[in-house]
Amino acid sequence: MSTNVTRAEVEDFFYLEAALLDDWDLDGWMNLLAEDARYLVPPNDVPDGDPDTTLFTIADDIDRIRGRVKRLKSPDAHAEYPPSRTRRLITNVRILEQDENIVVATANFSVHRFRRGGKGGAYVGKYVYRLNVVSDGFRLLERRVILDAEELGALGAVSFIL
Amino acid sequence: MNTSPYIIDNPAQNDFRLNRQTLVDPDILTLEKARIFDRCWIYAGHESEVTKAGDFVTRNVAGRPVILARDSSGGLRLFLNTCRHRGAQVCRERAGNTKRFFCFYHGWSYDNDGKLVAVPGDDAYPESFDRSELGLTEVPRFEEYRGFWFACFDSTVPDLETYLADAKDYIDLVVEQSPDGRMEIISGVQEYDIAANWKLLVENSFDDYHLHSTHSTWLEYMKDAGVDTKVPKGLLLPKRGIGKDLGNGNAVIDNVNFRGRPVASWIAIYGEEAKPAVEAAKAELVERLGEERAERVSETNRNLFIFPNLMINDGSSVTIRTFWPKASNEMQVTAWALGPVGESPIMRKVRLDSFLTFYGPGGLATPDDVEALEQVQNGLTSTVKEVPWSVMTRGIAKDGEQLNSDELHLRTFWRRWNALMTGDNVSAKAEAAE
Repeated sequence: MSTNVTRAEVEDFFYLEAALLDDWDLDGWMNLLAEDARYLVPPNDVPDGDPDTTLFTIADDIDRIRGRVKRLKSPDAHAEYPPSRTRRLITNVRILEQDENIVVATANFSVHRFRRGGKGGAYVGKYVYRLNVVSDGFRLLERRVILDAEELGALGAVSFIL
Repeated sequence: MNTSPYIIDNPAQNDFRLNRQTLVDPDILTLEKARIFDRCWIYAGHESEVTKAGDFVTRNVAGRPVILARDSSGGLRLFLNTCRHRGAQVCRERAGNTKRFFCFYHGWSYDNDGKLVAVPGDDAYPESFDRSELGLTEVPRFEEYRGFWFACFDSTVPDLETYLADAKDYIDLVVEQSPDGRMEIISGVQEYDIAANWKLLVENSFDDYHLHSTHSTWLEYMKDAGVDTKVPKGLLLPKRGIGKDLGNGNAVIDNVNFRGRPVASWIAIYGEEAKPAVEAAKAELVERLGEERAERVSETNRNLFIFPNLMINDGSSVTIRTFWPKASNEMQVTAWALGPVGESPIMRKVRLDSFLTFYGPGGLATPDDVEALEQVQNGLTSTVKEVPWSVMTRGIAKDGEQLNSDELHLRTFWRRWNALMTGDNVSAKAEAAE
């Protein structure tokens, strides 16, 4: 892929990732991550915070992402057993920065989560991704998931990969 | 043997049962608000949340909207967030710094000492209208212990330190990890709801009987990271821990550490680069507190329950957690991380990282607790007629110490709850008998 990345290429990446996560193909999703990827969900009250100084909802390095995925594949991950059904609607994809092999891109999302008995809800916010441009596409370096809700409230936990 | 409708408490017969209606009935919640939340010391906030004159945060305490404020002379105040004119909330931001709390409805405003300082068109009021009597209303009682501030809406109950009883020693153990004796709330609050009765979170927050099954994936994660999670014969957890009654319904589980702790127990998850800093923190503890006390502070995990709705869990990190019932089957949880004032950047990073291995709505353990409590609520709500009682007798027949996986500490909570709800002292006698 050329380093002159198009929005369509970035959109395809967001859509592919969304499909893998909605299908609970977590191994397939791991293949999109760089070796030193980070997955961050800042707290609702400090959406632009730094995980070294602010308590995040999720601040995983690659080791904890692996641990999280291993856990989620187990029937003993009770919060996600049976796994939630999710549907991700992704819009407003924009490239914010491009520099050599790094692209910073953003997208709005609405992730609808469904559990038996009517539990679930809509997680609304934006993704900010740092992507490494590689020969066959992109690898995720940092995946920051910013929720718009003032508090998690009735959404409860972020127990699946948001 | 007591005669409460809520619990059967008969230590002589090794019997303790809980009526499940206490977790279901909305009328019981109405009574709880009057007999428990309006009569106990309720955690309101930490001194570090408002450091400068004019700083404020808003939240709900005992169901009331309040403003925790640092006044013009540097004191802490807890105002009811309601205008004396028509009742609107006079402060709507989460936090900030201000000289004035302004009610936008008719324009009354108050200074940060609560004094009413502006009333538009006040010439229309009669002479008897006295501004000095119309300041923001403060909660009747507001006291602190080592930086933790509590409110009480009953002027007749004993003071905070008496109320905390032996829980004070356990707050000391948390605060002593700070070289200068001051702790602070770290930026980033976790606010989430659980569709379950609030008392289920009291139990869950210091019930170590559930660890091995509810949190098996977390234990697996720790094991993968090199932590020894083997369970010795006779225990349900890798290391021994006990449950203790601390008086006035306060209780604790007090456990020998088997997992990492930012104060001085490094594990591989923290990274090699953090090892010298964790070792230095331990050395500082030993230097300041002596070997024995340093070991006590650093190598024990303690989940401290302060009746009725505060948990201070000093485990993988320190979390302050409080909760409020929105309904008999629904609660709002608010949780923070707590760390020493002036902590080094690397140690703060370790502390926050360690927090997230277990705690919080995105942690590797807490979401399974949330699920467990919601499953309990689902399971018992509409079966309460057919299955009215839950058994709570683990450890009741033992002499001496009870384990963290026994239920003495849960019975301690329920006995105090029952005594306040029924106004009798039978529970206190049963407690003494156990």
